[in-house]
Amino acid sequence: MENLSPRIDDVLGKYSVEASNLIPMLQDIQGELGYISPAAVEKIADYLKITENKIYGVASFYSQFRFTPRGRHSISVCLGTACHVRGGAILLETLERELEIIPGECTEDMRFDLNRVACLGCCAMALVLKVDEDVYGNVNVIKLKEILDKYE
Amino acid sequence: MSNFKEIVTKSKKDWDGLFNSEVPLIFLGTASCGIASGAKDVKETILNTIEKNKIEARLVEVGCIGTCYLEPLMDISAFGNPRISYGNVNPKMAEKIIKKYLLDKDTFSQAALGHFGEESFDGIPSFFDHPMLKHQVRIVLNNCGFVDPNNINHYIARDGYRGLEKALQLSPDEVLEEVADSGLRGRGGAGFPAAKKWRICREAPGDAKYLICNADEGDPGAYMNRLLIESDPHAVLEGMLIAAYAIGASNGFIYIRAEYPLAIKRLKNAIDQMEEKGLIGDNILNSDFSFNIKIKEGAGAFVCGEETALIHSIEGERGMPRTRPPFPAVSGLYGKPTVINNVETLGTVAQIIRNGSEWYRQYGVEGNYGTKTFSLVGKIRRAGLIEVPLGTPLRKIIYDIGGGTQKDFKAVQTGGPSGGCVPEELLDTPVTYEDLAAVGSIMGSGGLIVMDADTCVVDVARYFLDFIQKESCGKCTPCRVGTRHMVEVLEKICNGKVDAKGLDELESLAQMVKSTSLCGLGQRAPNPVLTTLRYFRPEYVQHVVDKYCPALVCRELIEYSVVPEKCTGCQRCVSVCPTGAITGPRSEPHNLDVSKCIKCRACYEICRFDAIAGNAIVIGSREEA
Repeated sequence: MENLSPRIDDVLGKYSVEASNLIPMLQDIQGELGYISPAAVEKIADYLKITENKIYGVASFYSQFRFTPRGRHSISVCLGTACHVRGGAILLETLERELEIIPGECTEDMRFDLNRVACLGCCAMALVLKVDEDVYGNVNVIKLKEILDKYE
Repeated sequence: MSNFKEIVTKSKKDWDGLFNSEVPLIFLGTASCGIASGAKDVKETILNTIEKNKIEARLVEVGCIGTCYLEPLMDISAFGNPRISYGNVNPKMAEKIIKKYLLDKDTFSQAALGHFGEESFDGIPSFFDHPMLKHQVRIVLNNCGFVDPNNINHYIARDGYRGLEKALQLSPDEVLEEVADSGLRGRGGAGFPAAKKWRICREAPGDAKYLICNADEGDPGAYMNRLLIESDPHAVLEGMLIAAYAIGASNGFIYIRAEYPLAIKRLKNAIDQMEEKGLIGDNILNSDFSFNIKIKEGAGAFVCGEETALIHSIEGERGMPRTRPPFPAVSGLYGKPTVINNVETLGTVAQIIRNGSEWYRQYGVEGNYGTKTFSLVGKIRRAGLIEVPLGTPLRKIIYDIGGGTQKDFKAVQTGGPSGGCVPEELLDTPVTYEDLAAVGSIMGSGGLIVMDADTCVVDVARYFLDFIQKESCGKCTPCRVGTRHMVEVLEKICNGKVDAKGLDELESLAQMVKSTSLCGLGQRAPNPVLTTLRYFRPEYVQHVVDKYCPALVCRELIEYSVVPEKCTGCQRCVSVCPTGAITGPRSEPHNLDVSKCIKCRACYEICRFDAIAGNAIVIGSREEA
């Protein structure tokens, strides 16, 4: 397995030793590694001179942070109100069934990870689905397959 | 001496050069909603078409005008004609329009939505006469869809930063006075007078003061802030400068959701361009006023929209609220006096200073002056983002602007998870902070989610409570445990697993959570339940007594079936059914085994759109089937 340690150090080096930098650091680490690894938490604790407990406490509070690796592509299903009234939960359920994972997990072949998101702010286009940086509007369970086929 | 005149001259040159040149302009809306509807593919086609056909034209990417249901939106300005707008443009259409118009000089008027000229043109109506736009008053959204959000010159050429220039010539007290006179109230939802908050902060002891722009737009179903930042970031930034000057802050933050990557990108770019022009940093416009802005990305916690929670989050802590007082305006970020304003509040400030409080007060009604933006979504014909004077009746918004619903109107949910459902009989309620509160709802940040006969209000109440329960920070027990308990009861109601006593239990829980929670999140969480119980009690009763969901949404109470007379046996549904519940030979009516059906909706969708007969699969009540 690739040694991620130098990449973590690179990220930390960009920040001054201030507690208010904790969340931006976690965001940066996740941007780099795709998730918050135990090694990263250890290193941040050292760097900011705070306990690992405190870091887990903050990181687990916010829905953005994940503690498992990402797949090659990230699917986010919008479960905002406009999407809900148009059947967003059924869309998520279909994905769970097809991919055999639940939100927060990643498929065995590492192709997709699945996430739920409170609202992507494209409510006029409900149902909305995001794969990586691509946002799809007016999705339904039938169009789903077509969309996923685009990603290897 | 201020160098503002020089900046304006340069910007105007850039802007006028764009429109006075012989080169046709193609505008494309590339805010997130445009992109979600396929604007990226359209952009590629536009560039390919002009290159392949050697058409001399320039593509300008703009934000969103708010008619989101018409996205992607493409405008063309050419041959001295008014700018013409085309809606729901796909790549094929884009190519056709460009070729017809720019090669054959045929405006292709049958595909046009409207133009932006003064008089009628080529049989095309004015876009501002479009029913969705006609009833709006666009102050905050003034530039959205018209300027390139990545080009500060466009903003400046359209009177941008003139409010800042004017403010810097006034004393901070005079600026405060002007905003106070305008009657502007916080657009984040609570409606606290903006100038009052500023004054408390200004008068609080201490030199270091902070200004925070709250762009943590957490309400699901609301995207006013995203659209404004993506389409016109400088409107918010100019407002921040003026607010900072008035309260005496030299450092500011924009706390914005990480779920809005495009808005963050455009803000960063906007701040870079401000730096180049000396509109941010030390001695802005050669004055004594200095101000810096840092962007803080929220990490996904609804409660961080609450002021004290937001402050904790910026400080690097868990975003948990604390009791107030002291209010942040006295003791906020790092214990210093801090003003937290919503994006829209700040987006309005520059216009008030530019045009004066008198001008602003001509809109709206007494005590509720000015305009408010709303995201009009859900089961509505013309979904999108709108801006209307406060005091406009809900009915006008839903029917005149939104075009009403496809099926019978049921309710409109205002104010997100903290708001309530307003029924048909109260649609003449004017949208003001007080009138909405009187019917049990709130103004909130501006989400209007329209529901029709196909929406189950019990399911919606469950949805909001489930949302709040997941987002509860856990600090106080009524919210942490109470909302969880409420979700459990609501789930039982949706599943028909409880009798009428469940409704009383739900109501008393709701009252308890409302009166004992620590912050606004918990105190308002019961609103969706209390308003639906108040206005739609019969629908609850149908669930618990008759075990019947009239909207055919609650899955334990419904069943899918095939109408044999309609089914042609095309087997499309058989191919998509994940559990093999549908069987039958080709060309003969299929059979649906309810014991295997998981109600995934796949057959229903494919029958509606792809099947030969169409609509042969129906969803009915469990008793009926």
